Amino acid sequence: MDSQYIDHAMILAGLLFCLGLVGVMVRRNLLFMMISIEVMLNAAGLAFIAAGSAWGQPEGQIMFLAVITLGAAEVAVGLGLTLLLFRHHNNVNVDHLNLLRG
Amino acid sequence: MIWSYLYSIIFYTSCGITAVATLLMISRHNAVHALLYLIVSSLSLAIIFYLLGAAFAAALEVIVYAGAVMILFVFVVMMLNQGQRSAAQEQAWLPARGWIIPALLAAILFVLLLLGMSSDQPLQPYGVHGVAVKEVGVALFGPYVLVVELASFLLLSGLIGAFHIARKMPSHMDSSPLEEPDHG
Repeated sequence: MDSQYIDHAMILAGLLFCLGLVGVMVRRNLLFMMISIEVMLNAAGLAFIAAGSAWGQPEGQIMFLAVITLGAAEVAVGLGLTLLLFRHHNNVNVDHLNLLRG
Repeated sequence: MIWSYLYSIIFYTSCGITAVATLLMISRHNAVHALLYLIVSSLSLAIIFYLLGAAFAAALEVIVYAGAVMILFVFVVMMLNQGQRSAAQEQAWLPARGWIIPALLAAILFVLLLLGMSSDQPLQPYGVHGVAVKEVGVALFGPYVLVVELASFLLLSGLIGAFHIARKMPSHMDSSPLEEPDHG
């Protein structure tokens, strides 16, 4: 079941996840952070697909379906929160959300 | 000749395009440019899914990510830029240098698509086991039917949550705890 393509797809998944993580950490614009989270979900989906193809089992694609559903629900709620943040602060900088300082 | 390396060529070029588009995406300052790169990234990822034998997942990636999620993002970008600066921004959004690189990457993807369609033998190397849609469907509505139910819960709660969070409050009851005296 070893194939260089599966290995390299896994490496690409790791790379994409790291890029998304860097995007979440370095950007302060909520919109860009959500786009980066989408990239991380995409990377997780790629890992599931690659694993499913390595074993020839349908579970990989089923988990990808779950991930894509999660991504759609997450982006709907997250963009609603982005709109709310914009209405209250007139920008989408997450550093303005400091009312709950601990 | 080239045909024996066709799978490798398409696979690694798609991998490169995905990585480059994602890297350019997280370094953009303009949301619309980042979204263009996200579309290219999703499309090339769909090609990788197809090459890994998951044609159903590839179609879903195009429909859901490059289609539906992108529409949501574009709508929110439009709603965030109301007012007098929107017209100037509209012009500044898409200069040629903003869309020429995503268009170039998408053109490379199109060439890859044509290359893949022009080969007469199936693109399936040793060690990569494709899973057909039928197997996925049988497993999804057999032992994994709980995943379908959970997805329906999740989507319904996402719909209700997004509707509740993003609706416009009537002005006399607009006193949510998020509101603070303006100091910035």
